[in-house]
Amino acid sequence: MTSIAIPSGMPQYDDAPRFDVARVRADFPILDREINGHPLVYLDSANTSHKPRQVLDVLGEHYALHNANVSRSVHTLGTEATEAYEGARAKIAAFINAPSADEVVFTKNSTEAINIVAYAFSNASLRPDGDPRFRLGPGDEVVISEMEHHSNIVPWQLLCERTGATLRWFPVTDQGRLDESGLEDLVTERTKIVSLVHMSNILGTVNATSRITARVREVGALLLLDCSQSVPHLPIDVVDLDADYIVFTGHKMCGPTGIGVLWGRGELLAVMPPVFGGGSMIETVTMARSTFAAPPARFEAGTPPIAEAVALGAAVDYLTGIGMRAIQWHEKELTAYALDALGSVPDLRIFGPTVPVGRGGTISFALGDVHPHDVGQVLDSLGVQVRVGHHCAKPVCSRFGVPAMTRASFYLYTTTEEIDALVAGLEQVRKVFD
Amino acid sequence: MQLDQLYQEIILDHYKHPHGRGLRDADDPGDRVAEAHHVNPTCGDEVTIRVATDGTVLHDISYDGMGCSISQASASVLHELLRGRGTGEAFEVHEAFVELMSGRGQVTPDEDVLGDGVAFAGVARYPARVKCALLPWMAFKDAAARAGVGVSPEVKA
Repeated sequence: MTSIAIPSGMPQYDDAPRFDVARVRADFPILDREINGHPLVYLDSANTSHKPRQVLDVLGEHYALHNANVSRSVHTLGTEATEAYEGARAKIAAFINAPSADEVVFTKNSTEAINIVAYAFSNASLRPDGDPRFRLGPGDEVVISEMEHHSNIVPWQLLCERTGATLRWFPVTDQGRLDESGLEDLVTERTKIVSLVHMSNILGTVNATSRITARVREVGALLLLDCSQSVPHLPIDVVDLDADYIVFTGHKMCGPTGIGVLWGRGELLAVMPPVFGGGSMIETVTMARSTFAAPPARFEAGTPPIAEAVALGAAVDYLTGIGMRAIQWHEKELTAYALDALGSVPDLRIFGPTVPVGRGGTISFALGDVHPHDVGQVLDSLGVQVRVGHHCAKPVCSRFGVPAMTRASFYLYTTTEEIDALVAGLEQVRKVFD
Repeated sequence: MQLDQLYQEIILDHYKHPHGRGLRDADDPGDRVAEAHHVNPTCGDEVTIRVATDGTVLHDISYDGMGCSISQASASVLHELLRGRGTGEAFEVHEAFVELMSGRGQVTPDEDVLGDGVAFAGVARYPARVKCALLPWMAFKDAAARAGVGVSPEVKA
């Protein structure tokens, strides 16, 4: 590589925030495992991340020492559990710079979070007093993109079926970027909501949203960003992003499974009808009818995943301790290294941006005409764990004319040695299937 | 686990040089012809199996598909094993293959019954790949039923 001297006085590469990857790796017990006689090389963090001891300890301690139901007990344990649960909400709000912790709704995952918004639309459409921003019917439009995970496609297809609205979508360019050329025609006065992925789980693309946001504001629609892949890897500031909703999931950001987040602007959550009915989400209940609690409780019917929420708070503390800017930079360096290294493998085709700009550390590829299942199987025999298949984004596979892809994805604990192991493993794949 | 248990030469050979691939019309216009298209939703593999039969003999089993080496080699082996067989015999082979794949590596296959199908014994040790191997066989079962022949036990994969 050639290096270009940056004039003094300008930000230097050495100024970028960094952390000690070896020390971070020591926090993750699973990274000591061997797989099929080889050291574990985990390149599937876009699927789910591993959990550091600090998170596992909090999860165990909650059950061991503070277990009780939340929001309904006057006893000491109940108070401790409630404080821990609401404390986690406050930590997560701070992590994404939400103006208020009440804007953070705990959900099961991103999928549930998107469904809550989609069902709020159809529920509002059924009520004569529904807020006009959420009323949807024939002639109205919902806009998504070809780059979405199925979780940001199917809920909107179902919503459109229920209401008679029309689903439209942004195409994807050959380079794996969002094609915004038709923005003015796609997002119009008929659009009620635009729901887009912030970082693609399959192409790795990080979408620049400001042009779209400006257009959404111009036509008076709402904007939801699926940040499942971005919140774990980049500093996210909901005020800066200027979205109306973001969704993300705990298990991809060092937290447990079963906990996710819907963040929404306070004034929008306040006028959204509930989706799930039950305990904790009510103001008062009579046999004939009920009135509902203010957000976030309105959207958290039933006993929530308390320990998981508390542990997600611990995950946010952990990530903040290392620094999201440092994590972003680490992954940028890994991505640049991996794009170079994969580029040296014969017959390897990368889907998505091939430069480490406007993309994250998730790289999908094809190796000749070897089926991804076979690629993944040979890599697994060498301890290298990658995802193979359609990655819950079948339209992206169709867009690039393949039934499936192989995907390597990185996180704060990933090393360049692991990328070398991947490249060596791909050589082995070529030998088996040559 | 050894990778060569999974990717036996026989399997790789069927994958690289598939036997009888391509969907065909029946030679005998009196045959009943039916097909079934199966997909593996987790990985996107697909296969179409077409059966041509007079009700007692499977005159042709033709197929097309795309997917991993295991699923495509399995279709090739299925074609070779069952084409030209009587239906009763064919379903015995089908049952033996399903039993082998459901056996988690504990079943010893009978080469007289399964022919090249014995090479899939190693696949049964990889739960994630059993569905790949069974994909054409399940499609065959549906296609045969649509052509009015045979029943084979349910699969618990």
